[in-house]
Amino acid sequence: MSDAALALEGVAVGHAGRAVLAEVGFSLAPGSFAGLIGPNGSGKTTLLRSILGLVPLLAGRVAIGGRGQVGYVPQSIALDRFMPIRARDVIALGLDGHRLGIPLPSRRRRALVDEMIDAVGAAGFADRRVGDLSGGQQQRVMIAHALIRRPDVLLLDEPLASLDLRSTAEVVSLLAGLAREAKVAVLMSAHDMNPLLPAMDRIVYVAEGRAVAGTVAEVVRGAVLSALYGAHIDVLRVHGRVLVVAAGGAPHGHAHDHDEDAMHVVRIP
Amino acid sequence: MSAGWFALGPVGVALAVSFAAALVSAVVGVFTVLRGQAFAGHALGDISGAGGAAALLFGIRPLAGFVAMALGGAAAMALAGGRRIAERDLASGVVLGAGLGLAALFLYLDATMSGAGGAASTVMFGSMFAIPPGMVLPAALCAVAALAAMAALARPLALIAIDPDLAASRGVRVRLVGFAHLAVLALAVGLAAMSVGAVLATALLIGPAAAGLRAARTLPGAVALAAAIGVGASWGGIGLAYESYGWSLGWGGRHGWPVSFFVVALVVAAHAGAGLAARMRG
Repeated sequence: MSDAALALEGVAVGHAGRAVLAEVGFSLAPGSFAGLIGPNGSGKTTLLRSILGLVPLLAGRVAIGGRGQVGYVPQSIALDRFMPIRARDVIALGLDGHRLGIPLPSRRRRALVDEMIDAVGAAGFADRRVGDLSGGQQQRVMIAHALIRRPDVLLLDEPLASLDLRSTAEVVSLLAGLAREAKVAVLMSAHDMNPLLPAMDRIVYVAEGRAVAGTVAEVVRGAVLSALYGAHIDVLRVHGRVLVVAAGGAPHGHAHDHDEDAMHVVRIP
Repeated sequence: MSAGWFALGPVGVALAVSFAAALVSAVVGVFTVLRGQAFAGHALGDISGAGGAAALLFGIRPLAGFVAMALGGAAAMALAGGRRIAERDLASGVVLGAGLGLAALFLYLDATMSGAGGAASTVMFGSMFAIPPGMVLPAALCAVAALAAMAALARPLALIAIDPDLAASRGVRVRLVGFAHLAVLALAVGLAAMSVGAVLATALLIGPAAAGLRAARTLPGAVALAAAIGVGASWGGIGLAYESYGWSLGWGGRHGWPVSFFVVALVVAAHAGAGLAARMRG
């Protein structure tokens, strides 16, 4: 436990003192690749923001291992298309963008940026305006931005949300490889676990205000998820995909009509 | 030293003050457009007019009036505004209305009490050849302070423009940096109001910056291009206005044309040119 990259103990998070998620506890070893899975509105983003220190914990403890550095990749970036900030500029801002003043160009900085550009496969578009890039390309740039300071933990908020199938698979395998090579613990949120199944070695599953964590084999089981949802849940494996199915209607208040392809919880009438 | 400043004629003073105003406006303007705060910049310019009008009424330096009022407006926007651009625009709109109401009051009092009939035109649209030589040094000091502040804030502002949460997670105090940017913005529009007038400050702030952002490939490139366009348009405008005293257009004899008109015309032309260049490049 003490050599974990990220450890949560009895954590409760929420807004204005009201808990959205409570009793969250899990730990991730350096180099592990974990999915933070749950329906929309289940508190995934709030949990990530709390780990980052952007919103205070309502209870519990978050411990970051190593040097205590956390990298963060937001779901999307706010820059307009025509803003003259190149992909390589965004990656360089990952190094020291929080500091005041203007840095002198240095060979060391440039070498670090070039190294990250290669690590995420961004060489082909490093000099293009970042607002002009596709969603998958922007994710690569933001991952390089977050990793350039060699964080112990990398948090990503729904990085697959706006990607097509091919970019989704590419980003997942890139992240899994980076986790292993850079010994960084990756925790990424997603409302659908299926794209992560080939790569994920840990899963944190949130629903109904609580979380269960473990390996996919331990957590994604009917009995475990039934206890979490407080309703009868079946886990079906069809064509290599996992379907989490609630018999007799949705076990929670969030309808999923808008993301049926996610197959997260399927209601059976 | 004072003899040196005193020796500047009206054209020399106009060149010096407009240089400071255009340079600062361009640099601050690039980050203002980058953050989606163009409307706040426009509003602060208009609001500063109330300060310029009050300065005439109370006999204080116009630059002090412009800058103080813009700073007050910036503080009000910071207190009333929120994180999202829509919220910030609402706050800017409300503060703008209040500021223009004050401008109406002070300009009316200028006209009725002190008999300064041309006050409205001078405050709102500038009168560059009438800037007193004593303005050069304060304008230069304001410009140096604003440029130093922008150099300090450049990286955190770029990071916030990419994603405010990301910046906050790196320890950037997003609200504080936002306040600081608004304060420097107030300095910039105060200077620009001194140069081309309160209403046209927006042209000096947004036009060159927008052109620089469209045509350049990097942020430093955009700043350099915006500064070149702003200073070029200001000095070109002064030159054309000086020339215009000799023009005869066939009605009402010979008049000088207002400097501000030429400055703004040149800024708009440069912006159109930059747009064309960006489109041709693809």
